[in-house]
Amino acid sequence: MKSVEQKVLALNGDEAVAYAVKQCDVDVVAAYPITPQTIIVERFSEYVANGEVETAFVCTESEHSALTACLAASLTGARAFTASASAGLALMHEMLFVTSGCRAPVVMAIANRALSAPINIHGDQSDTMAQRDSGWIQIYAENAQEVYDSVIQAFRIAEHPEVLLPAMVCLDGFQLSHSVENVNVLPDDVVKKFVGVRQFPKVLTHEGKLAPLRLDPHNPMTLGPLAFPNYYFEFKRQQEEAMKKALEVIRQVHNEYAEISGRSYGDGLLDPYHLEDAEIATVCLGSTAGTVKAVVDELRSEGVKAGLLRIRAFRPLPVEGIRKALENVKAVAVMDRSMSFGGHGGAVFHEVRHALYDSDKRPFIVNYIYGLGGRDTSPMQVRAIYKDLQEIVQKGHVETPIKYVGLRE
Amino acid sequence: MQSEEWKFTAKDIAEKPDLFMSGHRACAGCAPAAVMRLILKATRGPTIVTMATGCMEVVSTIYPYTSWAVPWLHTAFENAAANASGIEAAIKVLRKKGRIKDEHVDVIAIAGDGGTYDIGIQALSGAVERGHDFLFVLYDNEAYMNTGIQRSGGTPLGASTTTSPAGEVIPGKLEPKKPIADIMVAHEIPYVATASPYYWRDLIIKVRKGLEVEGPAFLHVFAPCPRGWRSDPSKSIELSRLAVETCVFPLWECINGEYQLSAPSKVIAMAPQKKKPVKEYLAVQGRFRHLFTPKYEKLIDEIQRITDMRWQKLLKKCGIA
Repeated sequence: MKSVEQKVLALNGDEAVAYAVKQCDVDVVAAYPITPQTIIVERFSEYVANGEVETAFVCTESEHSALTACLAASLTGARAFTASASAGLALMHEMLFVTSGCRAPVVMAIANRALSAPINIHGDQSDTMAQRDSGWIQIYAENAQEVYDSVIQAFRIAEHPEVLLPAMVCLDGFQLSHSVENVNVLPDDVVKKFVGVRQFPKVLTHEGKLAPLRLDPHNPMTLGPLAFPNYYFEFKRQQEEAMKKALEVIRQVHNEYAEISGRSYGDGLLDPYHLEDAEIATVCLGSTAGTVKAVVDELRSEGVKAGLLRIRAFRPLPVEGIRKALENVKAVAVMDRSMSFGGHGGAVFHEVRHALYDSDKRPFIVNYIYGLGGRDTSPMQVRAIYKDLQEIVQKGHVETPIKYVGLRE
Repeated sequence: MQSEEWKFTAKDIAEKPDLFMSGHRACAGCAPAAVMRLILKATRGPTIVTMATGCMEVVSTIYPYTSWAVPWLHTAFENAAANASGIEAAIKVLRKKGRIKDEHVDVIAIAGDGGTYDIGIQALSGAVERGHDFLFVLYDNEAYMNTGIQRSGGTPLGASTTTSPAGEVIPGKLEPKKPIADIMVAHEIPYVATASPYYWRDLIIKVRKGLEVEGPAFLHVFAPCPRGWRSDPSKSIELSRLAVETCVFPLWECINGEYQLSAPSKVIAMAPQKKKPVKEYLAVQGRFRHLFTPKYEKLIDEIQRITDMRWQKLLKKCGIA
């Protein structure tokens, strides 16, 4: 199928989110301002003020109430969206678990930002990494184009009856949220058709009727009940099952979208770059992949077999895909833009290493913590990582498993 | 207001099917459970109820059972009003888009004193400032009863709770109740009222009025808890009368900023000799037992003084003084 004709707009990442949300027939947006997310809700409230969307915009008094209102709206049958970052996401922590536990397919954009203290408004992934066990799907975008594409896909993924989980689209604060790029946007009607009208799975009510899962006065249902030890565990197990199903759904939705838009990101879960014959490789999430790709190109032109694995879906984690993608590499450097204090390396490092434990060809895997609080990571620094990997391969052992990039020590 | 024309008899109310069903696990003598039942007797059509964490949530929705014959949602403790915001916003848009057919859906948020005075006040203040069309009902049993009787901003002066115990040097809670209903009046919302389950008719009418106004409404309902108040479980409804008769909990409405006393309190305003001393109210509750010892008896005078001062302030606001 030939992809549809598209307009090119100059948008920063935040504006790309707002533009995608505008096209997705969203019913309720509830949000609270926080840098570097604020542009998303500013742009969106302009669409509301100009009558360009049929959306209730609820400007709440906190992020906690913003997510609560989205959750309640979603359970009433609305398509709901919010956006946040850093401290705002941390304030939502409680409600993140309630949202996934209630199986409400809320979509949220996160302009990744460092957590206090010290207070810092710049980019790193500490905020979303700290929420990786909250039961939300997490998709990390590399550029503003992918941000736009991912938000549209996120509604389809979250609302899929086999999934029914909330989803975060993560964009690096400032690097993506505030940098203007050329973004190809689909026509409104194409997006509207792609996301469709929200469908509800039918469930058994206490009156013994089959009814759509939502708060409906004609089919009363008790949502958010108390579950004791005799039932709670099964609820949690079902969430895990939904996450597993999301792996396939993310891929399907990505592929379907690729046919319409002509754009794809690996298989939708993992986006490998020159990995087929790579001897050394890095693993990263988000916008850093742009810098790494430029370095990989340089190294390849110098005859070095370097590659990159960008993880697009961190939750659910495509464990098998990671194992297959990396098991033939000799040495892997996992780049973490957050810390897990006292945990021997960052979160991505833990999970990539875990994915390769079952491989009989376990490559060396080392960790590089980088870019905290918005610190720049240069191509030179990335080159140095690949140089380290070459040395590890040469020497046949790892001297320093965890290193910090561009840090005063 | 339409409700002035809403005439009903006790029989009508008895015959209206319960939307809060029996079989829940509230304690014997629980006034909040009676209050839930009365609230739902006042509904006028399609209604969604949302609730904060608390006694009534816990006793009524133990999976896979429920006491609620209306759509009902609980998400957390501090956010009943934010739930209502989301529900109300969703209904408006979905109706506009033709995805729900109901002409009107009433939204009721219910929370205890913890979920209103304390942890819930931010979401409540925000939701009413935004003008969402919903009724917030506070059932006030004057402490965190669900977690075992800890003091809240709604616990009265001198009450012994598990976090404000009466000890050798401290006579229970040292601070009077936060004037929550007046705080809601200060938000300039169209309807604020207080109610007590002894005056069940007054309570039902006030719920209906709260549903009928356009915009946010707030109803503060007095709800004795025999477990936490150390009172006789058979006396909860009598206590909710005594609180009104002593002016510890006067009944009033504030419609568009205009205060007016409700009949049971108006009777006392007109005939002050009918006003009973607070001592009568305190004496029948174990949580105030320590006040009836020589060491702490002066506090009874202080409670009387504050009660009188608040009553006089209320009379002034109602144009009676």
